[in-house]
Amino acid sequence: MFYRQSGVRHNSYSSDRDLFPIPADRYALWFFLALGIAAPWLIDGLYLNSYMLPWLLWTAAALGLNLLTGWGGQMHLGYAAVMAVGAYSTVHAVRFGIPWEFALLIGGLSSSVIGSLFAVAALRVKGLYLAITTLAMQFVMDWVLNHVPAISGGSHASLQSPTFALLGQDITSDAGLYYVALGWCVLVTIFLLNMRRTGLGRALVAVREKDFAAAILGVNSFYYKVIAFATSSFIAGVTGAILVATFYFLASPEQFSVNVSIQVLAMVIVGGLASIIGSYFGAALILLMPGIVNGLFAAFADQIGLQLGPETLAHIPNAAYGALIVIFLMVEPMGLGKIYANIRDYLLVWPFDQMKK
Amino acid sequence: MDWIFLAELTVNGAITGLSYSLFAIGLVLIYKSSSVPNLAQGGLTMLGAYVVLAFSYELGWPLWVAIPLAVVIMFLVGLGIEKVALRRLAGRPIVMILMMTLGIDIFLRGATLAVWGGAPRPMGLGVSYDPFFVGPLLLSRIHIVGAVAAIALFVAFMLFFRSRQGIRLRAISDDYMASWSVGISVERGVGLSWALASVVAVATGVIWGEIQGVDQTLSLLLLKGLTVAILGGLDSIVGAIVAGILLGILENVGSGYLDQMVGGGSRDLVVAAVLILTVMLRPHGLFGRQDIERI
Repeated sequence: MFYRQSGVRHNSYSSDRDLFPIPADRYALWFFLALGIAAPWLIDGLYLNSYMLPWLLWTAAALGLNLLTGWGGQMHLGYAAVMAVGAYSTVHAVRFGIPWEFALLIGGLSSSVIGSLFAVAALRVKGLYLAITTLAMQFVMDWVLNHVPAISGGSHASLQSPTFALLGQDITSDAGLYYVALGWCVLVTIFLLNMRRTGLGRALVAVREKDFAAAILGVNSFYYKVIAFATSSFIAGVTGAILVATFYFLASPEQFSVNVSIQVLAMVIVGGLASIIGSYFGAALILLMPGIVNGLFAAFADQIGLQLGPETLAHIPNAAYGALIVIFLMVEPMGLGKIYANIRDYLLVWPFDQMKK
Repeated sequence: MDWIFLAELTVNGAITGLSYSLFAIGLVLIYKSSSVPNLAQGGLTMLGAYVVLAFSYELGWPLWVAIPLAVVIMFLVGLGIEKVALRRLAGRPIVMILMMTLGIDIFLRGATLAVWGGAPRPMGLGVSYDPFFVGPLLLSRIHIVGAVAAIALFVAFMLFFRSRQGIRLRAISDDYMASWSVGISVERGVGLSWALASVVAVATGVIWGEIQGVDQTLSLLLLKGLTVAILGGLDSIVGAIVAGILLGILENVGSGYLDQMVGGGSRDLVVAAVLILTVMLRPHGLFGRQDIERI
């Protein structure tokens, strides 16, 4: 009833390759895009910049990692380090006097180069060993950020980001910064939606399933691994730079520590591997959950008259965040994206369930 | 060249490295039986130390009661984690298994700190902080205790792997399908290895809690323990001991000289470099078995 498939007939190859063959999906997409564009008028500026904007940017970051982990099947525990490369090189470029448009490109490209170094590890090992190598590279990067004053401006120092500007216009208003985040997130989403059905996307899936088997079929698995690392690192770098430019306003090593890498991976896993809508859900859940859980616990403790120390309250979100990952992997390993797909599959034939059998 | 300085760095490094081996043995036990890299070992170590403290510090019981009690509790915790969380992920992609252990690690750390608080506390093992002199060399007593504990555990596990149950575990690590077909309960074996690893975590927690105080930095041993386990080969307990000594020496000597050049903090850098080089040059480690993959 909601997702009517009647009348969907493919008369040409291009219509057969439609991203969204079912009209209901298209309407939903336009509706949510319209909501996203209208958000500055619908939502208070505070919520817009402290919830919507980071959500969109972390979604873009999660999509970049999903390209690598979900489609390419390569583990990456050093994603935040790659974001840091982009952020720092962009901020340095802007401080040097290069306009933001080019600085973002420089950030993305330098991230790509460094990120491709991680791919050298992927040439040699995979799976667990790749995860651990990238983890070690993250630690090396943390050390470099903390110990090379030329990059970070000294130990425990932070690098002020200049005012963000595009096409010569300074962007300082809440709505302006939000639109930058929205635009980047939509761009990454469109890229990934299309990548799935190109040769690149299919080669990546082949490499993910079994790289030796893919090689036998004529897919150069190392080439595609490097491409996957470089592309996802580009997305990471630009996202990191936009994050610093529009949300943090200064770059410091703690923003790109190993915990952040794990957090982005958690977004991907909770959202679902190789699921685009899942990355949106996953980022939202991981970002919002600590605040919600803390509120719930404080309210619950009030109800039963229990006194919780500030230290306990400070650590409960962490415990809940870990529990959330564990519970998701136990209950629905394919994540929120799979839950969404299940609901959609159910609604596809509802109320004529017997059609399925 | 200052030979005494170098010798002191080397010997102290070797002893410290053996305390890392303690941590790595826990990782190896689980990897050996189930091929699961247990990134939650840091959280388990922290939990082990806090459970000991809960008995000794809060209830006021002596340590020789508190430690065995903590061992029993952690044994059950290990069994529980395997049964509840890991068993249903068998056969899933490695990224999910890794994420599961990371999630358990985050949960254990958060829950432990939420219950007991994050202020560092002493373990109170009663090992004196006076240095121990061997000729001109200054050694740290607590690190020697840790090294002895590591070697004791190593001997205990070597003997255990000759017992009936130990041979079952070895069979499971060899080929779990074949073990199933001859009637070995693979589930119980893997559960047992998690339980044993949790017991090792108590030992690690007690020793390292005495060295650096019981707080959340205990879970940061993960990087070093993981490096030791990989350098030695993830499925070799001998490897964990040898690699512990090796990494300890490399780290202590390397950072002893590097620190003077870069101004401190090069310890983690040396460890990360060893880890990356090991994986790049010899992924199966010094003593590990090289797996051949089927297509």
